Amino acid sequence: MKNRQRLSLFQIAWKNLARKKTRSFLTVVGIALATWVLISLFGFNSGYKNSLDRDIDNLGFQMLVVAKGCPYEAATLMLKGGTGLKYMNEDIVKLITREPEVESVTPMLMQVVFDPNKGQSGGLTAFLGIDPATFPRLKPGLSFKQGSWFTNPEAREVVMGYEAAELEQREVGDVYLIPEKEVELKVVGILNRSGTQDDGTIFLPLQTLQKIFGQEGQLTSVGIKVNKETNLPLFEEKMFKLPDVQVVSLTQVKTTIMTLVSTARILVLSIALIAILISIMGVINTVLMSVMERQKEIGILKALGALASDVFKLIWLETSLLCLLGGLLGAGLAVLTSSLTEYLIRQLLPFSPSGGLISIDARLILISITAVVLLGLLSGIYPAFRAARMRPLEAIRSEEE
Amino acid sequence: MTTTATIIEAFGIKKIYKRGAERVAAIDGLSLTLKEGEFLSIIGPSGSGKTTLLNILGCLDNPTSGKLAVGGITVHDNGRGLSESQLTRIRRQLFGYIFQNFYLIPTLTVLENVLVPFTFFKKRGAEKDVMAILKNLGLDKRAGHLPRELSGGEMQRVAIARALVNHPSVLLADEPTGNLDSERSREIGQVLRQLNEKEGLTIVLVTHNPELALSARRIMTLKDGKIVEEQARPEH
Repeated sequence: MKNRQRLSLFQIAWKNLARKKTRSFLTVVGIALATWVLISLFGFNSGYKNSLDRDIDNLGFQMLVVAKGCPYEAATLMLKGGTGLKYMNEDIVKLITREPEVESVTPMLMQVVFDPNKGQSGGLTAFLGIDPATFPRLKPGLSFKQGSWFTNPEAREVVMGYEAAELEQREVGDVYLIPEKEVELKVVGILNRSGTQDDGTIFLPLQTLQKIFGQEGQLTSVGIKVNKETNLPLFEEKMFKLPDVQVVSLTQVKTTIMTLVSTARILVLSIALIAILISIMGVINTVLMSVMERQKEIGILKALGALASDVFKLIWLETSLLCLLGGLLGAGLAVLTSSLTEYLIRQLLPFSPSGGLISIDARLILISITAVVLLGLLSGIYPAFRAARMRPLEAIRSEEE
Repeated sequence: MTTTATIIEAFGIKKIYKRGAERVAAIDGLSLTLKEGEFLSIIGPSGSGKTTLLNILGCLDNPTSGKLAVGGITVHDNGRGLSESQLTRIRRQLFGYIFQNFYLIPTLTVLENVLVPFTFFKKRGAEKDVMAILKNLGLDKRAGHLPRELSGGEMQRVAIARALVNHPSVLLADEPTGNLDSERSREIGQVLRQLNEKEGLTIVLVTHNPELALSARRIMTLKDGKIVEEQARPEH
């Protein structure tokens, strides 16, 4: 077998690190822990935001424009005994759609009737007239237990919220009679439970509801979804300028949640920064100790022809290897323990959205490892510089420290 | 008649160390000329300046004053010398070094230790087959071993092999048998003599060992940084 007659700087650096295995290992572990915290933190950062966005998207529109003074929640309407509804003309939809920030809008009409057969002494039932073309798109979180949406915009059909269907004991194919109006409608869909007011609502095509209640051309609210880049508070102000309307926005809810999360994030970020600083100190200490212990050897390398730049590169390479290994190990840890991290974070946070809280992708891993290696290179400058400027004879004569 | 070129020329070399307020001359106005193919032994009592002189001749140390030229290049002229990187370039072109303590890298095998100089610099005409050098020095069977698995004599032969891979013009040996028993010392003396006689390698040897010093054809005795005696020995 012919021996390989070449020895690279990498091989020398690698074998140097292997010389003090425990010390190198502990340094790598330190860097790995810092990387793990870094990746988990940034993974959490984007994961949480995405999940929150998704949850808010599932809630439906980010903004509701309602006629001034009109209750916008079914519950409030019920408390008011079904009275106090105010109306806007359908033309408002055109005005809103003209705004460049608007991605889509959905017009709605709410009506409430007294049903003497509801409960023991009767009760109120809320009907929501919706546009079948736009409403389902703005409410992607709604799913069907049975059936589907209406067959056409003027169909005499209803879709019932989960609780409404339970209360009325209705299934798809059954007939539903609107109290007071004596209008028969066909049940074409029953929704799954959503945990929102939609559960108690009975949905009709907007035009059908307008006709039944004699409110042609009238709306009680318009749901608005804006582009992702939109500055919601600014857009909200713009909507307030429309005549005789009030604006209800989810921005405030989102802002409150994000503020709570930011507090936790700053805390974790501080811990990550401390971990990174400690690991950098660890790297400097390890490499510097190794340089001091190997002074004679470095002197010999110089006597054997190594330039100051060669010695600098060798020590830098050792530092980079430590950081790269630590970075890779940390990234692996972050990926493997992401479920556990997510569980722990959920225990800590006052509110967490339903989706995945930690989103770790290849880009995040690559950026984090690169950052760790760059920090390592930075921390390797001083030890490498010290080694490079040693004069061979002084280094050879030095006492081991 | 053949003329041999001068490879090292030192004139009026002084090396002064400060010891507190005292100034000690380790080398005191020494001049010497070394020609290609010579084998020079430098002997003398401890503190006579042997190693200091060897380090100055090998460009590992700067003289305080005097003039030094190696391979036709003036490396020092009365307090003005070349930069460290220029000296490194001269060192790797001209010199091979062996030291009393071998200074092998403990994590590298014999072969890898010998290959270390090539990592930084491969001189034109450098040894193509490093295994051949190891074979010449009786180390071919030890190529894959780590230094800790070798005897002192073997370690010094590895250091010699490492010094030879770039085919230096001059081999500088500082007490190469200082850590070896008499039998291993004789072995090393034989290796050096062969390198000089068969391959014409110029050698400067610093030693306390009189028997080893006799390997050389020119023996110089130092005392207090000055040459006190110089003798030429006939061909072996």
